[in-house]
Amino acid sequence: MTPTRKRRLTGVLVIIIGVGIAAVVAMQALNENMLFFISPTDVEEQDLPAGKRFRLGGLVANGSVSRASDSLAVAFVVTDGAKSVDVRFDGILPDLFREGQGIIAIGELTPNGHFEASEVLAKHDENYMPPEVADALEKAGHVESET
Amino acid sequence: MTVELGQISLLAALLTALVLGLVPMIGTYTGNRRFMAVSTTAALIQCLLVMISFGILTSAFVIQDFSVEYVARNSNSLLPMHYRFSAVWSAHEGSLLLWELILAVWIASVALFSKRLPEVFRARVLAVLGWISVGFLLFILLTSNPFGRLIPSAAEGLDLNPLLQDFGLIIHPPLLYMGYVGFSVAFAFAVAALLGGEVSRDWVRWSRPWTLVAWAFLTIGIALGSWWAYYELGWGGYWFWDPVENASFMPWLVGTALIHSQAVTEKRGAFGNWTLLLALSAFSLSLLGTFLVRSGVLTSVHAFASDPTRGIFILAYLAVVVGGSLTLYAIRAPKMIQGGGFAGTSRETFLLVNNLVFAVMAAMVLTGTLYPLLIDAMGAGKISVGPPYFGLLFTWLLVPLVLALPVGIYSRWQKDEGSRLAGMLRWPLVMSLVFGAGVWIMEPDIGFVSAAGVTGGAWVIFGSMFYVGHLLKRKNSFKIPASVLAMTLAHVGLGVFLIGLSLVSTLSTEKHLRMEAGDKYQMVDYTFQFLGTKVVQGPNYTADEGEFVIYKGEREVTRLYPQKREYAQRGNTMTEAAIDPGFTRDLYVSLGEPLDQNGRAWAVRVYHKPFIRWIWLGSIFMLCGGMLAAANKRYRRKLPVKKPVKTGSKEVTA
Repeated sequence: MTPTRKRRLTGVLVIIIGVGIAAVVAMQALNENMLFFISPTDVEEQDLPAGKRFRLGGLVANGSVSRASDSLAVAFVVTDGAKSVDVRFDGILPDLFREGQGIIAIGELTPNGHFEASEVLAKHDENYMPPEVADALEKAGHVESET
Repeated sequence: MTVELGQISLLAALLTALVLGLVPMIGTYTGNRRFMAVSTTAALIQCLLVMISFGILTSAFVIQDFSVEYVARNSNSLLPMHYRFSAVWSAHEGSLLLWELILAVWIASVALFSKRLPEVFRARVLAVLGWISVGFLLFILLTSNPFGRLIPSAAEGLDLNPLLQDFGLIIHPPLLYMGYVGFSVAFAFAVAALLGGEVSRDWVRWSRPWTLVAWAFLTIGIALGSWWAYYELGWGGYWFWDPVENASFMPWLVGTALIHSQAVTEKRGAFGNWTLLLALSAFSLSLLGTFLVRSGVLTSVHAFASDPTRGIFILAYLAVVVGGSLTLYAIRAPKMIQGGGFAGTSRETFLLVNNLVFAVMAAMVLTGTLYPLLIDAMGAGKISVGPPYFGLLFTWLLVPLVLALPVGIYSRWQKDEGSRLAGMLRWPLVMSLVFGAGVWIMEPDIGFVSAAGVTGGAWVIFGSMFYVGHLLKRKNSFKIPASVLAMTLAHVGLGVFLIGLSLVSTLSTEKHLRMEAGDKYQMVDYTFQFLGTKVVQGPNYTADEGEFVIYKGEREVTRLYPQKREYAQRGNTMTEAAIDPGFTRDLYVSLGEPLDQNGRAWAVRVYHKPFIRWIWLGSIFMLCGGMLAAANKRYRRKLPVKKPVKTGSKEVTA
């Protein structure tokens, strides 16, 4: 092997190893930061472990929103028509959060069975339903009647 | 009846684009100079026709012609005049027309400002751009016609989405598209070079200013989007790793790699094929971005309600562009520019680090964005990839990038001595370490990672500035080459950005509170007092306006008036944050929702964001650097007379 070739080969090897390490780290990070979308029916059926973060999606049940009088704590029920989950949240809800509106809550189940949300998302456009939520509603047999 | 003229004009533009794509291309293979000369005329006529079409749609908004469906859906008689202009690109159809308009303007600029290029090469560039335009015009005319009538006509419009009724949205899309679409020029240069089997590297120099301008626009377009999200979404975030943000960020990453690899190829001939590949990828990723946004496959704050035929069309278009250009690349690239070798310690090596890091970053973002789609398509569940994935990867990938940057600036092409570099970089290194340590001592809360980020930012800034000093000393004159100044500006911008990012991500204080009129809250050095709300009337909304007094000690700093707006027509509620911006900190207040019946108690967001402005300030530096580099006289110098460029061989189809 000529010195030039040898040097090139080292260069290429260094690059391959570097990119390889980056890819492994990336895959690891990807797996750790994957959030599954789960509907209330799935919650019921899958017996999820407490403390595992996921995205819960569905409609805010009518008449279910209740607020604390001295803090920002709020409780509501998310439903897909068939099953529902109690959600607690301490913070400011998005502008388009309403009863009957499709939302996504990110958080985890607590040992006593409710869902503790750290973030609640509703979409900017009032006609827009998050595709996952629309899909989950359809599966649960909920007839879409929203305008 | 005028809106029909808009559509006719668009049809005529399509025909012109076909002529632009076909005639000059045939000319380049038959050697017919008159055919090739058609390119200029066709490019200019096309631009004029698209402008007419765009003008007609705009006038429909200005005169409020609610018989046009698109106008009726996105405007309202109460909409203030300046938003009637920006409403044109507020939804799918109009924003595509804006895309096409900007493409037509780029094509016309290439036609006007590239007269010095060899005529065969120039004709091919314009013809390739013509084909890109054909694809987009077909897309608009077949799936997304903004000129459709509403029968019977609507008496009143639905109103523009309130989020878009904002200054940022007047300028963000056009600038972003200038960048996105601008990469089509670099793409066309690369395809033309492949078609012609260019062995000389002249074409790289010709395409550099175009690439730089597109990159600079994309930089500022993304920065504006981030700034808009920060003040308009009302919760103080400036980057969410939202799929659509990623869609604009991927071409930027590849574009950044491209402007650096072009430098190597132009100067040294090395990385020739890589430069070609990056030029093809940058535009392909712009198209992918368009596909992701327009097809509605993604869950995103930007996603519009969608129509599957549009997605399929864009996907097919993407397949033709990516597939076609990569096939051409596979056939031709092995015979293209062959570069000179270089040693392990040389400017080429450090620019190689730059290119690898940016390519890996783009690949990571692509993975994080497309992985959920892949999982969903396989039926393995619906997932999303959280921001920590991106944050973690970028933190690590920035390390080699930042370390290598100043070293690359000082090193010589082809071969350099490590000891020489170490000698020159000693002072910037010491100063940045002292700076970083100083910041860490003053603000121990920022932690190691952010302190390292501040040090890295300082390393980039000092390294760049010392280089200017070094040149001045060596040349013993006050003339700094414009290209060095441009590079320094852009790199200092990166440094400023890094320092801002490191500080804001760790020093920010964010609090969600329940406040009643009269309540006070102390945050860092500031006391926020809520005085209460009153109702104010806007042109097309009613708002609850809160009043906050902010004190530092006993002194009143400012008063902030955040609003909660109700847009009657759509029944939307909107948060309008109030911000007191500053060089070293922003004070940010926004109203959540009323918590009791009489409106005395409100949910309130109170934020203190140190150095957040530096993020956008850095981007402005990068913009200036890019523009200055593109304005370099070197690119406008008259070409030496050369033998005409080889015409392409027969086995390649255009």
